[in-house]
Amino acid sequence: MAKKINHSILGTVILGLVLLLFGTFMALPMIYAVGSAFKPLEEIFLFPPRLLPQNPTFGNFKQMQDLLSNLWVPFERYLFNSIFVSLASTGLYLVIATLAAYPLAKHSFPGKNWIREIITIALMFTASVTGVVQYLLMSMVGMINTYASVILPSLANTMGVFLCIQYLSTLPDSMLEAGKVDGAGEFRIFARLVLPNIRPVLFTVLIFQFQAAWNMAPGGVVYSEELKTLPLVLSQIATAGISRAGVGSAAALVMMLPPIIVFIISQSKVMETMAHSGIKE
Amino acid sequence: MKQAVDYKLKLGYRMRKSYISYVMMTPFLVAFLFFTVLPVLAAVLLSFTDFNMLQLPQITGFDNYKRLFLEDEVFLTAVKNTMILTFVNGPIGYLVAFLLAWLINEMPNKARVIITFIFYAPSISGNVYFIWKFLFSGDAYGFINGFLMRMGFINEPVLWLTNVGTAMVVVILVQFWTSLGASFLAFIAGFQSVDRSQYEAAAIDGVRNRFGELWYVTIPNMKPMLLFGAVMLIANTFSVGAVTDELTGGHMSIQASTLTIVNHMTDYGSVRYEMGYASAIAVILFLLVYFSKRLIFRLLRW
Repeated sequence: MAKKINHSILGTVILGLVLLLFGTFMALPMIYAVGSAFKPLEEIFLFPPRLLPQNPTFGNFKQMQDLLSNLWVPFERYLFNSIFVSLASTGLYLVIATLAAYPLAKHSFPGKNWIREIITIALMFTASVTGVVQYLLMSMVGMINTYASVILPSLANTMGVFLCIQYLSTLPDSMLEAGKVDGAGEFRIFARLVLPNIRPVLFTVLIFQFQAAWNMAPGGVVYSEELKTLPLVLSQIATAGISRAGVGSAAALVMMLPPIIVFIISQSKVMETMAHSGIKE
Repeated sequence: MKQAVDYKLKLGYRMRKSYISYVMMTPFLVAFLFFTVLPVLAAVLLSFTDFNMLQLPQITGFDNYKRLFLEDEVFLTAVKNTMILTFVNGPIGYLVAFLLAWLINEMPNKARVIITFIFYAPSISGNVYFIWKFLFSGDAYGFINGFLMRMGFINEPVLWLTNVGTAMVVVILVQFWTSLGASFLAFIAGFQSVDRSQYEAAAIDGVRNRFGELWYVTIPNMKPMLLFGAVMLIANTFSVGAVTDELTGGHMSIQASTLTIVNHMTDYGSVRYEMGYASAIAVILFLLVYFSKRLIFRLLRW
């Protein structure tokens, strides 16, 4: 038995306390949101404020629906738009990101290093940085106020492609060579050999993309109520101040749940992928 | 000369031979070109023009940049605010994220999964930072005010979001809260991917405690994740805009106290339709992002 490095119990307790402090800060808004979402209005105006409701009610969820249903569009329409946009974005992105990552990781062709370098740099150019000019380009090709104007920009995300490249690089070449010897074409190798072997990174890209798509609130690209997604309308609720704390919290719960469920399902896969996320110089 | 021709022939041949690779990349590259590369190039060109989206762009040379740095005091405030956010949430946020990941790694297995979830949940639940508005509400019903008043720290409610002094502090806190994100997950995964036998070897070499382990074994092994984390962090800190918009009104915040570069750009681009000017702001932002990355990679190459 090799010597063990000293991990004292006291040390673990102290480290645990530091974590507890930060953890409370991180969890506070969540706990507040869960508590307030079920509070009746009179409890919002209690002093001193409490975290949890005394007489829980579903009234806030009903009120949220009423607030968001206007003459033309019922609440369900926003919900449908959000689900449709998120699924379309996630599904399409998984296909094009893995298709692009495979040659970038495993083939050699002119321009490969250039493209990889540009993708790594573009990791830092988030949508909010390019957004204004993006809007201009989309309006020039008449894409404004369509589902496409919400979905297509999210497909240019480089994070998923980057993670796929990093993960694919760890697959042994010999495995893919076996496919070539058997005479399979590249698309066949991709579908039969590559995809089944990169399942962890698929789950990771799925959660990142779904979460990004679910939360997208692109400014100005859609103005018809029929096309708006939940984040665009839900945050309006919060602008009316503390009297909307209950309804706002109900809205926050609706927004939080889907990505959190997807994350819990894919958590272990995500960790496996992130272990390969590093940038090698 | 002959060599150049040879190389061209060879290049054409090599490109034809690997056409299938290009075919596979095409769908992504088309989206990437149109929504990322083209906007960046267009922004560079438009930044030298005056363009209101109705008439054709008028070439004005460096006028937009002169205006930015010589006349637009609000822009300089935005740069200052973004720099404050970058310096606090950058290096400090990076260290805290790293230390948190390390602490979590030191916890027993089952606790680790739950704690990871608690710390990561805010980043995946996206736009719900508006909850902080209720917590920091300026009246006595706001949770923070209520708590501090009951504990006797303050006698009357603090207007957290509209006080010039406190608004920035709240923005920094909330920004940290929402942006642990991908870099944090990469750190945690990095800690777990370090080969256990290296710790045993370190123990034989005389490493006696957790800090020795961290310094001599873990950090050298995690360098790629540390670089990835840095890239993600640069992306996050320079693009702060949504949080300030939501909490303090971004470009409408009191005395521009929490106005960021992104807020200023959106103000000119989407509200005033001064596209040339907004593009110049975007270009400054690109340059800031790019050179921060170069700087940080140089620093991390210890």
